[in-house]
Amino acid sequence: MTTSPRRVWWKTAVGLVLTGLMLFPVYWMINVSFTRDQDMRASPPHLFPTNGTLDGYRAVLDQQLPYLGTSFLVGLGTVALTVALAAPAGYALAKLRPPGGPALSFLLLIAQMIPGIIMAMGFYAIYLTLGVLNTLPGLILADTTLAVPFAVLIFTAFMSGIPDELLQAAVVDGAGRLRTFWSIVLPVSRNSIVTVSLFAFLWSWSDFIFASTLAGGGDHQPITLGIYHYIGNNNQQWNAIMATAVVASIPAAVLLILAQRYVSMGVTAGAVKD
Amino acid sequence: MTPTTRISTTTRGHGGAAEAAPPGPPAPRTRRPGRWLAWGFLAPTVVYLLAFYAYPLYRNVELSLREYTVRSFVQGGAPFAGLDNYRTVLADPAFWPTLAHTLIFTGASLVFQFSIGMALALFFRQHFPLSGTLRALILVPWLLPLIVSASTWSWLLNSDSGLVNAALGVVGIDPVNWLTSPTWSLTSVIIANIWIGIPFNLVVLYSGLQAIPVEVYEASALDGATGWQRFWSITFPLLRPVSAITLLLGLIYTLKVFDIIWIMTRGGPTGSSATLATWSYRLGFGNLLPEFGPGAAVGNLLIVMALVAGLVYIRSQRRQHLR
Repeated sequence: MTTSPRRVWWKTAVGLVLTGLMLFPVYWMINVSFTRDQDMRASPPHLFPTNGTLDGYRAVLDQQLPYLGTSFLVGLGTVALTVALAAPAGYALAKLRPPGGPALSFLLLIAQMIPGIIMAMGFYAIYLTLGVLNTLPGLILADTTLAVPFAVLIFTAFMSGIPDELLQAAVVDGAGRLRTFWSIVLPVSRNSIVTVSLFAFLWSWSDFIFASTLAGGGDHQPITLGIYHYIGNNNQQWNAIMATAVVASIPAAVLLILAQRYVSMGVTAGAVKD
Repeated sequence: MTPTTRISTTTRGHGGAAEAAPPGPPAPRTRRPGRWLAWGFLAPTVVYLLAFYAYPLYRNVELSLREYTVRSFVQGGAPFAGLDNYRTVLADPAFWPTLAHTLIFTGASLVFQFSIGMALALFFRQHFPLSGTLRALILVPWLLPLIVSASTWSWLLNSDSGLVNAALGVVGIDPVNWLTSPTWSLTSVIIANIWIGIPFNLVVLYSGLQAIPVEVYEASALDGATGWQRFWSITFPLLRPVSAITLLLGLIYTLKVFDIIWIMTRGGPTGSSATLATWSYRLGFGNLLPEFGPGAAVGNLLIVMALVAGLVYIRSQRRQHLR
């Protein structure tokens, strides 16, 4: 590096300003979540929650816990189903090279192009016939479609990096394909399992379109609908709405703090978001 | 090689045995018993894809070709209507404005997301203290649930109490009815969507920049190239494949954006911010009397648009490959 230290700190300052600008709406959400009702329409708006209140968060505890619970369960179900389906498929595509494998990879790519609204309408028609509208398994099955194509592509990309010698050694030792997959491929692929799980959870947690079409009328409504009803019903209580939004953002924050490198890996390797 | 794996080869420095690697040249096609056995591992996913991708898609096409009422939707037996639903949609006075909104929304979002993302990627490429942390923090908007981003922007852009109007007031501009006037509603949802899409563009373009060898720059610096010249003659051409995939994926995601628009404006007022995605939803679920047929028809038009974009991309890739 030929640049002088002063020059470098100047860049950090610019970087801080740019990041601050990008994150300002997030700050504003937090600020409004602490603002008192009577200050909500103050002109000009208060830039800091000087007379902060926890009313918004009390409303969350009183009213939103069932929604949060549903979202959590649906998220866990989506993660389990996604990994169970996609890890073996990724292994097969990466290492066993089945006939027709490339065609399947291509179909998975196409599958990601399908707009959610179309899937939702198809699911609605099917679920109505099967009678699984407004059920947890129904929502989990639908949410899994958000993650499965991405997950298979990620697993395939990561598992093709496993040295063939490692797998051949297992075969020489007398392990079958299933055994090799279970006791060698899966443990070695921990990183990709974490990446896939994180994204599967986040996407199902954030899902709005399946929730509103397939679970909008029942007892099992996720947090995205909790916020949506809030906006529709009590248009005035913005601290409660924003407090719910803050709570709903916690998984994203946790994900970024605990697993930052997996996140950028996922973004670049899969380059997908619904 | 799929576009996805091509991108993954540009990431580096993550370490670990499960490093993303480009699939090597295919092994010699010896007759191994395991080749068909592999379908045993694929079977769950294939069954899943058929049941939960192919079948809903099929149902959707079927919906668009029949004349459904609420009654026949539940009990079956809707009469075959051919392309009537498509004719209805095309003849609807809302069709052309909605198509125009979709194109403006997608075009404007892509242009700004990509150029701002590129500028940020170039900036963060110069390593400075905290650059890694700040780059990670910028990811936040992309990770937030869309309903969170959309409701936050709704409040920021609120006509009476929103911060944006307050800030405009400071510099002497009259309050704008961002979400409630037909003039501004489309702009408002575009602004929110640009904000959400910048991090994705930043991260993918940044990883593309990382893959350009430093030696190329050193050589050009010796030749006395300025920063601007370096960008146009080295960075931009070398980044073309990554830029293409970024734009293609951006296009596909932006075409199907639904949540943000629906939550912020519901496509209104008077359809002024409606896109094909929100229109399809409104037809199918937004009214008391659902019109599933036309709704499905609009959705299928959307798929066709995404597919055309994908095919154009694949063709251009192939041509580049042959050259």
